[in-house]
Amino acid sequence: MTASSPASVPRRRTPLGRDRLLAIGLLLPSLAATAIFVYGFIGWSIRVSLSKWTGMLPDYTFVGLRQYLDLFQDRRFAIDVRNTAIFTVLFLVACLALGLFLAVLLDQRLKGENFFRSIYLFPLAISFIVTGVVWRWLMNSATGSRISGINLIFQSLHLDFLISKWHLTAPPWGIAFIVIPAVWQMSGFTMALYLGGLRAISDDLREAARVDGASEVQTYRYILLPILAPVTLSAVIILGHISLKIFDLIVAISQNNMALDVPAVYMWRTTFDGNNYGQGAAIGVLMLVTVAVLIVPYLVYSMRTEEEV
Amino acid sequence: MTPTPSRRITRLVMYCLLFFMAIFYLLPVYVLLVTGLKSFAEVDLQRMWALPTGIYFDNFLAAYQKLAPNLWNSLRMVVPAALISSVVGSVNGYVFSKWKFRFSEIIFTLLLFGMFIPYQSILIPLVQFMEWIGLRGSITGLVMVHVVYGIAITTLIFRNYYAGVPTEVLEAGRMDGAGLFGLYRYIVFPLSIPAFVVVLIWQFTQAYNDFLFAVVLTNNRTWPVTVALNNLAGSQIVQWNVQMAGALITALPTLLVYIFLGRFFLRGLMAGALKG
Repeated sequence: MTASSPASVPRRRTPLGRDRLLAIGLLLPSLAATAIFVYGFIGWSIRVSLSKWTGMLPDYTFVGLRQYLDLFQDRRFAIDVRNTAIFTVLFLVACLALGLFLAVLLDQRLKGENFFRSIYLFPLAISFIVTGVVWRWLMNSATGSRISGINLIFQSLHLDFLISKWHLTAPPWGIAFIVIPAVWQMSGFTMALYLGGLRAISDDLREAARVDGASEVQTYRYILLPILAPVTLSAVIILGHISLKIFDLIVAISQNNMALDVPAVYMWRTTFDGNNYGQGAAIGVLMLVTVAVLIVPYLVYSMRTEEEV
Repeated sequence: MTPTPSRRITRLVMYCLLFFMAIFYLLPVYVLLVTGLKSFAEVDLQRMWALPTGIYFDNFLAAYQKLAPNLWNSLRMVVPAALISSVVGSVNGYVFSKWKFRFSEIIFTLLLFGMFIPYQSILIPLVQFMEWIGLRGSITGLVMVHVVYGIAITTLIFRNYYAGVPTEVLEAGRMDGAGLFGLYRYIVFPLSIPAFVVVLIWQFTQAYNDFLFAVVLTNNRTWPVTVALNNLAGSQIVQWNVQMAGALITALPTLLVYIFLGRFFLRGLMAGALKG
């Protein structure tokens, strides 16, 4: 509402209108920064993606959608898309299942709840690079006398059938093993979301279910889980956009292994190592479109529901 | 509820499950610690699970020697980034929650979108821009980038927090003649210490753990520790045990923050799920 709007006619003489303008003024630096660094840069990326810029010096010669068409013909990009699809599906399913499982376990009000919760959550504080460096050694695929890492544990437990080549498994399944460290890092977050959801449900509801003769399992299955549906939606959105953008973890683990490539890594390599700026911009724009499909409906939905409150 | 035998067995099973899962999360920590504490002589990939025979700091010293300048770069970058971000977020959150104006919800949503974009989609213009203003390669440039791309999340956290400050309190202040700045200075700001802690911790970990911005915007003199660690890990010369010690050193600052201020850390995380 602006100062001239009749609804805000002040009953007493206060400089409310001036303060309102000042308030908007306070926002201006942030709004300008976002306008430039987010929307302006996205626009400029789109422009670059429509150019033939290859090499150190900018070349904005307009080539239409050629960079995109080339990408759709590109074998490396096809591998990237496949890897992202496998990674995203497995990552989401594993995080949601493990997160829900841990949340339900911790919801039983056992002793040491805080202790276990902190253990499940701490990987979140760590950088993906650290996670990658450590898990690369844990998932060491050396065999015979040089066996080490988790394979070594399997061997000494006589569980030889579990010994794996991990992320060096033949494509397309190598990427599936990078889901393990990703889940190690992010499942605690999913657990915390679900636990928050469970704790927000009133005890009366559980009590009512018990009075009606529902078993503990039935209570979860038919009463509590359906209430948690919005939590699942939030989790899918957050984990999904992390997965579509996954970058550092892949860089740290794969160390340039093409079979484990994803769009985020391809964009970085082709732009800054290969100087294929036009192609890099096109990959960036395609990533943005994929994430936007997931995020925009969610943001609009959040805005609508918040206005109702 | 009286514990029946069957209930006791269920409890036992649940504890077993909790312990088993804890092992999964702690496995990497165990390897980091035992490897880090071994002497160079006993480091052997085939014995990586064995406990060290004593406590040695060979690996840590070797890793620290390589990472110290970068660790310092990281801290010089992260502290100002977190401080500036929290001030910006607080002011924005105050306006968006207490000085709503026409279209403010839409503008806020447009702002939030910036939180989710894949940074690859702005990376080329960003590098060109930083080059143009002469800040590519500098720590100042990296601070600026973290502040700008942190606007969305910090504003969100403060806005959600201030939504809990009753409007009546501000009305009362207004009656007493306080304006935009007075209300902030005397009522809102003193109430917002918890939100400041959440945002400071959040931005600290985000900026510290970042790799993408760092790797394209800094050079070998200004690399933060994440970039240096990745180079260490990619090197054929550096032993794996030194890499492990380096990973632990890199993880330590954020890990300490998590251990001592975990509650606040979690709140920042939950804000990412929008409905804080």
